[in-house]
Amino acid sequence: MPFSLMTRRTVLVLGTSLSLAGFAGAAAAAELLNVSYDPTRELYSEYNAAFAKHWKEKTGEDVTIKQSHGGSGKQARAIIDGLEADVVTLALAGDVDQLYKNGGLIPADWQKRLPNNSSPYTSTIVLLVRKGNPKGIKDWGDLGKEGVEVVTPNPKTSGGARWNYLAAWGWALKQDGGNEETAKDLVTRLYKNTRVLDSGARGSLTTFSERGIGDVLISWENEAYLAANELGPDKFEIVTPTISILAEPPVTVVDRNVDKKGTRKLAEAYLNYLYTPEGQDLAGKHYYRPQDQKAQEKYKAQFSPVKLFTIDEVFGGWSAATEVHFRNGGIFDQIYDKKS
Amino acid sequence: MSGANRVLPGFGLSLGYTLAYLSLIVLIPLSAVFVKAAAMDFERFWSVVASERVVATYKLSFGMSLLAASINVVFGLLLTWAIVRYSFPGKKIVDALIDLPFALPTAVAGIALTALYAPNGWIGQILEPLGIKIAFGPYGVLVALIFIGLPFVVRTVQPILEDFDAGFEEAAASLGATRWQTVRRVVFPALLPALLTGFALAFARGVGEYGSVIFIAGNIPFVSEITPLMIITRLEEFDYQGATAIASVMLVISFVLLLVINLLQGWVARSTPRAI
Repeated sequence: MPFSLMTRRTVLVLGTSLSLAGFAGAAAAAELLNVSYDPTRELYSEYNAAFAKHWKEKTGEDVTIKQSHGGSGKQARAIIDGLEADVVTLALAGDVDQLYKNGGLIPADWQKRLPNNSSPYTSTIVLLVRKGNPKGIKDWGDLGKEGVEVVTPNPKTSGGARWNYLAAWGWALKQDGGNEETAKDLVTRLYKNTRVLDSGARGSLTTFSERGIGDVLISWENEAYLAANELGPDKFEIVTPTISILAEPPVTVVDRNVDKKGTRKLAEAYLNYLYTPEGQDLAGKHYYRPQDQKAQEKYKAQFSPVKLFTIDEVFGGWSAATEVHFRNGGIFDQIYDKKS
Repeated sequence: MSGANRVLPGFGLSLGYTLAYLSLIVLIPLSAVFVKAAAMDFERFWSVVASERVVATYKLSFGMSLLAASINVVFGLLLTWAIVRYSFPGKKIVDALIDLPFALPTAVAGIALTALYAPNGWIGQILEPLGIKIAFGPYGVLVALIFIGLPFVVRTVQPILEDFDAGFEEAAASLGATRWQTVRRVVFPALLPALLTGFALAFARGVGEYGSVIFIAGNIPFVSEITPLMIITRLEEFDYQGATAIASVMLVISFVLLLVINLLQGWVARSTPRAI
């Protein structure tokens, strides 16, 4: 008996010191967790390597950056539920706002902390069709036509899908004689033409490109270019609509988490680096529209011209748009609840 | 109920342990669902759980789970029969394959099934010209639930069938029973309780399944939305109460159905003479 007791204590002590050693080891190599949305995988895998190199040169410290990708809303909720993200790079300000509203993880004025509404790059929503555009899709209005099958994610779970929805709505408003009614009519017909509602943008891209579902994918501009240029220039074409929405995916440090983990300085440097010429160049390379003049010039040729409107201009900001369109029982739900 | 009358010691300890363990692992997490849902007033609770769209998901989730479990009972029994009663090359491999749906992450299963049954997939492209759409529709849900439920039936029936003495069948045959009579009156009654258990397990698993179904269903409201997706959707809206309300309804329906199956099983076990 005494022997077994001693063994147990020894094991306990050993275990404790081992876990302490593990803890100390983890603290020495700085680590950041960037929680992002679906289509930024390629951008951040390259950006993280570039930043780690930059940080090593500047400070001599090693830094490991972990990435998490998923539907933007789901990612925000994971952080509220305790995922210890140091920085978030989500699809829309509405989702980042939730970090303030549900749990006070960041201050109310988080979006003023970095230039350009905290959006180091912008994007827009375009249409991806099959090669040769067999259904003759030219603009948003064609998505409501009979016989056109649309693929778009569920706006309830996907940030990108909200931009998609709002872009179509805004286009309809800006047509001759456009009003709330015609806009609602267009999105109703658009979603009646949708056979698959994936939970995120990447899922929809897979459904469209790999599973061969649908005639048109409503997509982030960068996703569309990725699909057209890398998955198969012989398979897809990009149709840039006449009018679309200016999507501003914002970034911020998660104050409560960085203060707890002592990573604020590193996290801030990580986000600031997005605004440097190197960061801006990488954004452009991955088909995001850079904010920096020089990078804009460099990548100008790769984007088709499109008239862009902002969410503030047409919908009065994310809170108002969410309240009217995406809340439980909002217009998006009404499309489906009026089961005809 | 006094312990003094029992021959076997340790009743108090084992019951106490059972209750404490069950509370910790099952009851407390589940009651948290009800506590959260109870914070809503009844009107709001009802408007959430009885909305047309949510009711449509109950029908799909419970209907498809029952159907998938029924299909699994039939084909699971055949499979078990083949594995237990015959020997053939590769039998061990077949036996091991049956457990795969247990081990495979459900998302992987969902993606694999979707790739197979999509209109451009191996199986989907054969079915598409026939007008049969599996992936991105209610039947996709069924296929996924059949996949994940199969091992439950096989693994519950297998040991019973293995223990079942072939001598009973020989006796039946020598007493003049036809093959069909032997199966129906001798073999089947002995397997029925295990089949019911397998059915219940496959059904319960199907109702709660999210990972694989979400990829193959298409998730269109009123057509191919499952109840767990409604719960997730509520969570995405930061409506924790709404999510727990739907979850609590699911729990109650599942509990009642499982209770009925258990009662049925007890009744079957009592009304059939023990074969072994």
